[in-house]
Amino acid sequence: MNISEKILAKASGKNVVHVGEIAEAKVDMIMVHDLTGPLAVEAFKRIGVSHVWDNQKVVIVLDHQVPAESVKAAELHKMLRKFAKDQKIQIYDVGKGGICHQVMPEKGHVLPGTVIVGADSHTCTYGAFGAFATGIGSTEAAAVFATGKIWLRVPQTIKINVEGSFQKYVTPKDLILSIIGKVGVDGATYKSVEFSGPVISAMSMAGRMTLCNMTVEMGAKNGIVEPDGITLKFLEGRTTKALVPFESLKSDTDASYEKVIDIDIADLASQVACPSSVDNVKSVCEIGNVQIEQAFIGSCTNGRIEDLRLAAKILNGKRVKDSVRALVIPASQEVYLQALTEGLIEIFTEAGALICSSTCGPCLGGHMGLLASGETCVSTSNRNFIGRMGSTGAKVYLASPATVAASALTGRITDPRELEAQKA
Amino acid sequence: MKITGYAIKFGDNVDTDVILPGKYLVLMDPKELAKHAMKGLDPTFPDKAKKGVIVVGGKNFGCGSSREQAPLALKHAGVQCVLAESFARIFFRNAINIGLPVSECKGILAAVDNGDELTVDLEAGKIQNFSKKASFQVSKLPLFILEILLDGGLIENLRRRLNTK
Repeated sequence: MNISEKILAKASGKNVVHVGEIAEAKVDMIMVHDLTGPLAVEAFKRIGVSHVWDNQKVVIVLDHQVPAESVKAAELHKMLRKFAKDQKIQIYDVGKGGICHQVMPEKGHVLPGTVIVGADSHTCTYGAFGAFATGIGSTEAAAVFATGKIWLRVPQTIKINVEGSFQKYVTPKDLILSIIGKVGVDGATYKSVEFSGPVISAMSMAGRMTLCNMTVEMGAKNGIVEPDGITLKFLEGRTTKALVPFESLKSDTDASYEKVIDIDIADLASQVACPSSVDNVKSVCEIGNVQIEQAFIGSCTNGRIEDLRLAAKILNGKRVKDSVRALVIPASQEVYLQALTEGLIEIFTEAGALICSSTCGPCLGGHMGLLASGETCVSTSNRNFIGRMGSTGAKVYLASPATVAASALTGRITDPRELEAQKA
Repeated sequence: MKITGYAIKFGDNVDTDVILPGKYLVLMDPKELAKHAMKGLDPTFPDKAKKGVIVVGGKNFGCGSSREQAPLALKHAGVQCVLAESFARIFFRNAINIGLPVSECKGILAAVDNGDELTVDLEAGKIQNFSKKASFQVSKLPLFILEILLDGGLIENLRRRLNTK
């Protein structure tokens, strides 16, 4: 079996599971946020059970419309706070957490070998830690609140082996965009995507999270990486729970895969997903002169400290072009504090970029930086659908933090290596 | 479970942001959500759907976010059923869980024109196009999924199974 199959077998009390069978899996952790939680709470109340099955395994994160951007959002937050209090559930409120997919691992809720479901499509991010994690809807979350179980069809798995080394300013975001460009937005529908190979083994948790985060953009049920020493280092001090032996989570050498894709990244250039599909991917150098009005660095895909460091390195001592609004949103309070300590917040501010409080905000067109018709944004987030970040007449290009930072300086979508070449 | 309605066609990769834009996710009343159904592709959709329609889509229908508000908006706008070449997995589960019938039908996009009168028989896995005098067979839903739909959604199904009041 591969790692995903091993986790599903264990969670459903079986020795072996096979592709296509329905596994009734025990859930180790469930997360809902402020835009999916309220419907889940309403549905839960309709079920007719008084308490969630295990209040230690439910987490609520307020992150999408925070701090409350409208009275409606404030009412939803109030409702979730009450539910958390009544059920004695952990809630990460304004100022105490940040974006759910950053907060969950930071606070030790994501452990290797566990089954995690979340009422958010980017729950697949947690696969970076060797968990089987997938997105569900609100009603399904309510059913998990009541029963602690979920049915999952054991998925076929696509294995992606990555070799070579990144060129300067080329990042895991460029890698995943390039993969989605090849596989297509529905190329992994219902499937598991397992990342392996020397590049993945050497990659930071931040990079692995970026890869797994975007597997849903090719339709995947989950993305996953075998846990290792890098995983263990991240978890140190974040959890007191006993970890399963990582050896037991390794994919067997004879594990079966629907497909194995080998990628060498030696020649990989900075990538960009053009409007309005995430698989409309090109190299930045191929798209010509695309002027931008907004540059956004943040989201559950690329709002981590590693991303901010990279962007700050490019913006340091420079000035965001007058015609561009540059927004920087640290993915969590922990990331924000780290950025502050390292002097990154000063670099961004002096460059004329605006630091916003940790939220999903502009990524889904919620608040803090929506686009008007005719405007173009280059963003480190994960979706460029029509109307995603505001007006249906706006355009969104997805890119790495390095590309977005470089573009903020020039006012057009720019390969960061181009600025480097000018400097030399 | 037999469903009848007129077809409204869309293409491939209809995402949840066009089905229900993010800014409306703070709305809790399904009737309010319904007013914004398909806003990203056709702002007149809620008017067209009122009479009870069957949405016909291409590949990867409902891709993107896990927002259950997307199928909820469609259901309350008057959509009786969604037929598509294929579905994104979270949308597929969400639709069933809220009691909106969905069926994966290879070749449906070519077999149906806008306004065709369709009947869908989920138990039999049969779709009839009265306007084209054609009918075809699709793969049936697994029994436990069909039961969720017949119960009216996952919560009703769970109440029955858990015998709660």
